[in-house]
Amino acid sequence: MPRVKFTSHLQRYFPTLQETTVEGHTVAEVVAVLDERYPGLADYVLDDQGALRKHVNIFIDEDVITDRTTLQDPVSELNRVYIFQALSGG
Amino acid sequence: MTSDTLLLGTHKGLLMLDVSGARPALTCEAFAGIPVSHAMLDPRHNTMWACLDHGHWGQKLHRSRDFGQTWEEIPAPKYPLGEEISEGVPATVSYLWLVAPGGADQPDRLYIGTEPGGLFQSDDGGQTFELVEGLWNHPTRKDYWFGGGRDYAGLCSIIVDPRDSQHIIIGISVGGVYESTDGGKSWEPRNEGCTADFLPNPTAVAGQDPHFVVSSPKHPDVLWQQNHCGVFRSTNGGRRWENVSQPGGPVNFGFAIAVDDDAPDTAWVIPAVADECRIAVGGALCVSRTDDGGKTWTAFRDGLPQEQCYDLVFRHALDKQGDRLAFGTTTGNLYLSDDRGESWRCLGSNFPPVSSVRFLPRQ
Repeated sequence: MPRVKFTSHLQRYFPTLQETTVEGHTVAEVVAVLDERYPGLADYVLDDQGALRKHVNIFIDEDVITDRTTLQDPVSELNRVYIFQALSGG
Repeated sequence: MTSDTLLLGTHKGLLMLDVSGARPALTCEAFAGIPVSHAMLDPRHNTMWACLDHGHWGQKLHRSRDFGQTWEEIPAPKYPLGEEISEGVPATVSYLWLVAPGGADQPDRLYIGTEPGGLFQSDDGGQTFELVEGLWNHPTRKDYWFGGGRDYAGLCSIIVDPRDSQHIIIGISVGGVYESTDGGKSWEPRNEGCTADFLPNPTAVAGQDPHFVVSSPKHPDVLWQQNHCGVFRSTNGGRRWENVSQPGGPVNFGFAIAVDDDAPDTAWVIPAVADECRIAVGGALCVSRTDDGGKTWTAFRDGLPQEQCYDLVFRHALDKQGDRLAFGTTTGNLYLSDDRGESWRCLGSNFPPVSSVRFLPRQ
């Protein structure tokens, strides 16, 4: 099962959030499982249509995912998945 | 009766201030560091609502039932899967412009206005929201609604007629004023008399830019709007608008507008220079009031900065209750008047940019 790490910023809204392993063969499946574990998390990461939010990045190991619209990048149990915010300010 | 409590939505969080003393006292602070686009109290059951604009995590909706002491997140409205702003552009909520209560006879009805222009409705006290499809599917939307200042059209004004909850007026910037008389099932544009100088046809059926539309609560057929192209007034529920801007200014461009509860010919605006120069007119802040339906305007400046002033007042950042008015600015200044806007005192100059100002009803 791929291991998932999160930006610490998300802990403000999901205080129990911690590094974890989840079932899933695609990024979309990983996010869906995370949303079951942490209800509402998907709405922080994905928009109304299920696409990755503009200022959020998901990495598989060191590579940014390529499918930001339907999150079909494959993941395996050897991968680490990182859910980070992009840097922006104001 | 006046209130001593102000509720502010700011670029760095929600603030509640007791303004009864010489200096305002902070009584509540929430969502520190997070932009709050709109905050209000629904007086029907004293529920407070806050719309959050996270830079990374999207638009969020929060509710408090203890006057801001604790908050719970409510799932924010979502556009149905497959909805599009235009061909190939998915519809997603990119801003929560405002929350508005339904009628007194609809205790569980709430409305939310969003960018890209959709109106959402809840009938379970805000637990869930659904897109008002009669408006979203209006045949004028794809031809006449577009962004101005932001990327897409914003539904910024919602008025529920106190005489009939099925009668709703909304304003879309940019898109125009629309009216429903059947509770939101069907809608008609109500822009006759308004002009849109930025359109090839300035008197098109829609595509106008009402920055903010308000009605006189005790005279609901009298509507006022601070439009991109001037100040307009209607005395017949929006069926015909009249340009009541001030020749030679300063009353012309701006965002905020308020109307008197009892005297529908009395309204206040806070002028700015123009579309392409969104700052105070002449580097001096003023609040202009008319008492004759817009025939004449008086600019009041007592207590407001009159030099080197760049403050702009956003559309939801002016409120009125009784003889009191308050407004907050993009420069983080907050002002209060106890005499119908004729003189002002500054409540502070180090607030974050202010998005919304509401007087809380006296409890």
